[in-house]
Amino acid sequence: MLQFLLRRVSLVIPTFFGVTLLTFALIRLIPGDPIELLAGERSLTPERHAEMKARLGLDKPMLVQYGIYIVDVFQGDLGKSIVTREPVLSEFSTLFPATIELSICALILALAVGLPAGILAAVRRGSVFDHSVMGLSLTGYSMPIFWWGLLLILLFSVDLGWTPVSGRISALFWIEPVTGFMLIDTLLADEPGAFTSAVRHLILPSIVLGTIPLAVIARMTRSSMLEVLGEDYVRTARAKGVSPLQVVAVHALRNALIPVITVIGLQVGVLLSGAILTETIFAWPGIGKWLIESIARRDYPSVQGGVLLVATVVITVNLIVDLLYGFINPRIRHAR
Amino acid sequence: MKPMLRGLALGAAVTFALAAPVAAKTLVYCSEGSPEGFNPSLYTSGTTFDATSRQIYNRLVEFERGTTKIVPALAESWEVSDDGLVYTFHLRKGVKFHTTKGFTPTRDFNADDVLYSFNRQLQKDHPYYNVSGGAYEYFNGMDMPNLLKSVTKTDDYTVLFTLNVPEAPMISNLGMDFASILSAEYADRMLTAGNTEKVDLDPVGTGPFQLVAYQKDAFIRYQAHPDYWAGKAAIDKLVFAITPDPAVRYAKLKAGECQVMTYPNPADLDAMAKDPDITLLRQEGLNVGYLAFNTEKKPFDDKRVRQAINYAIDKQAIIDAIYLGAGKAAKNPIPPTIWSYNDDVKDYPYDPEKAKALLAEAGLAGGFETDIWAMPVQRPYNPNARRMAEMMQADLAKVGIKVKIVTFEWGEYLKRSKAGEHEMILLGWTGDNGDPDNFLYVLLGCAAATGTNRARWCYKPFDDLLVQAKQSSDVAKRTALYKKAQLIFKEEAPWFTIAHSVVFKPVRKEVVDFLIDPFGGMMFYGVDLKE
Repeated sequence: MLQFLLRRVSLVIPTFFGVTLLTFALIRLIPGDPIELLAGERSLTPERHAEMKARLGLDKPMLVQYGIYIVDVFQGDLGKSIVTREPVLSEFSTLFPATIELSICALILALAVGLPAGILAAVRRGSVFDHSVMGLSLTGYSMPIFWWGLLLILLFSVDLGWTPVSGRISALFWIEPVTGFMLIDTLLADEPGAFTSAVRHLILPSIVLGTIPLAVIARMTRSSMLEVLGEDYVRTARAKGVSPLQVVAVHALRNALIPVITVIGLQVGVLLSGAILTETIFAWPGIGKWLIESIARRDYPSVQGGVLLVATVVITVNLIVDLLYGFINPRIRHAR
Repeated sequence: MKPMLRGLALGAAVTFALAAPVAAKTLVYCSEGSPEGFNPSLYTSGTTFDATSRQIYNRLVEFERGTTKIVPALAESWEVSDDGLVYTFHLRKGVKFHTTKGFTPTRDFNADDVLYSFNRQLQKDHPYYNVSGGAYEYFNGMDMPNLLKSVTKTDDYTVLFTLNVPEAPMISNLGMDFASILSAEYADRMLTAGNTEKVDLDPVGTGPFQLVAYQKDAFIRYQAHPDYWAGKAAIDKLVFAITPDPAVRYAKLKAGECQVMTYPNPADLDAMAKDPDITLLRQEGLNVGYLAFNTEKKPFDDKRVRQAINYAIDKQAIIDAIYLGAGKAAKNPIPPTIWSYNDDVKDYPYDPEKAKALLAEAGLAGGFETDIWAMPVQRPYNPNARRMAEMMQADLAKVGIKVKIVTFEWGEYLKRSKAGEHEMILLGWTGDNGDPDNFLYVLLGCAAATGTNRARWCYKPFDDLLVQAKQSSDVAKRTALYKKAQLIFKEEAPWFTIAHSVVFKPVRKEVVDFLIDPFGGMMFYGVDLKE
């Protein structure tokens, strides 16, 4: 087990270096000058421009800049935003809980609907239910997030008035962030109605962000389930007179879940990239919107730091997933 | 699942019941983005000014709400010396700074606050000069380091601004956002505490609203300053709900989640105008969109060629197709809302035959090849530069001029055009202080010919008029000079003037006394909500 763990963790280190190098190089390769963008049509005198450049350390050779950056990263310093002049790490940590909260809700929704739908579709293969699940999941998978989000807002928030349009909580509640997770903070704040308001604000964005993972999970569960249901041991179990429910829930599901868990792990990446659009539509104060804006402004430290941190999360989650099914299935643990 | 749903519904009902008797008047404004910070002198974006200078701070002089007229604010009165070099300001007494979580003022506003606010930007050895990466783009952009010799006080309520050269627009400059007055007492205390950046993050001002909390990309919350010198604001609480997408802002406005919104989608304007719950306010913006000819390059050094292009492009077609009714054809470089606008100037009519004749006269009967630069972003003065360039390209092809459309990433575009790499370029300007000098001198003066003057046009007779106007504080005399300058501009044609765009602000019917600001800002002092 320890060997397996070490092998997996050792693979992570070069990945981190790759990420830092790629983001550092890519953001600088695309044209654009952060100082010029700050000044806009007004423009600065060449002397002032040079002074700013020196102050931001952008006048040094590229390789030196990268060296300084890497040394700082190892000391836990991701630099300061060029625009807001706040430390990247502190901006990230105020925004990230919002993204996590939304992603978790979206993932729970995707699992709560996607798993049962996939299982049922497999069990009733060829039925009307099966066809509708497959048809709907294909639609969900190919839905443009932006359009889907606006459609839901117009229907449920503007026409029906059931859900709020955007944001994390009604503007009438003034909640102090403690954990950064609105659901927890509203409970801590002990303001009547605040928690419900936070829940209502989560509904539409969770649906929008959860749509693609839901579709993927439903399809994956169905095909994996179908494969397992065709195995000999399932036929044996049935022949022994085990109840159909038990066959599916106990014998088949456990084995069918292994590829599904892999897919769920990969969905974390999908969720974080989907969050960028979802957050923009629903004015959700998470890291997606912040990253997009930082790229547009060529805010180098924010882009580098933000991508590195997001990559860390994705890598960590996938590492956990790897370990997890190594745990579920000993064959994976012992392989080579 | 069912009991849980019921619980949710019950909870929602309780929320509504409890939300109803809220006594404090709260106005929610759907804004377009997060401010870059809370000290307006450090930034240049309107988004930041809306969140800071326009609610939290005051200036010595300010623009009367809804106009470009300068009125007294923290300075009750002022005099200018005869040589135009010394401005004496008499400060208002009894003005209180905000009391915030991190700061309780022990004294009223006085001359030290003015000195701190300006000297921080002016003196390179000031302890606050480098705090928060101070670039002071606007202070520099308005040429203040060269204009201002010193800012001093003679007593606690008298401040002298001494200039190096006479500069008539100075008073207007002092009404701009970068000239906001911060608390010197707060700054001193933070300097002692070794926490100087706090001054720019947790603002303390004298303005009508004080900051309560800010959550990046979510909310900015303010409450009315109870001791505001001009009287407490009619609304008690002000919330900026940061909503980047214009379609979503509109949905929130319709759902009553906010009462005022900014930057509507042009495509939604018709629906907004018809909506019984919404008042769509409109005003001609303080801006101009133009096509500049690089007069340093052939054949644009020839006035006849520049005139020919002015004749060759169908302006009205562009206004109709690109601005969708939200634009007014421009004939002068300054918009009609600015004083000294010369309405006697005759614009070049659309006349391709005349254009051909002029080109032939300039020895270019066979036409020539050139480029038009089109910016990659939407700007207030030009909603779609790319499409506009295509229309111009088609018009110019008819008179034999072959145009290639060029575009770059926005920062690169500004940089390269400043260096004069272009032949013809689409760009524009939004006014800062309502003074004609802020358009004419900045965009067409000789001193700017290697910077903001994208035509790189330096024409002595024109420039002399601007310099004379700068040095006189007599408005009538300045008006006459600027009117003359506009005639020369039209004749020499360094630009093809395109349009002044119209600014729209949709507000809900219950909002009272909201005035649209010609500078494009949002002012909530003086605004009220009907029950």
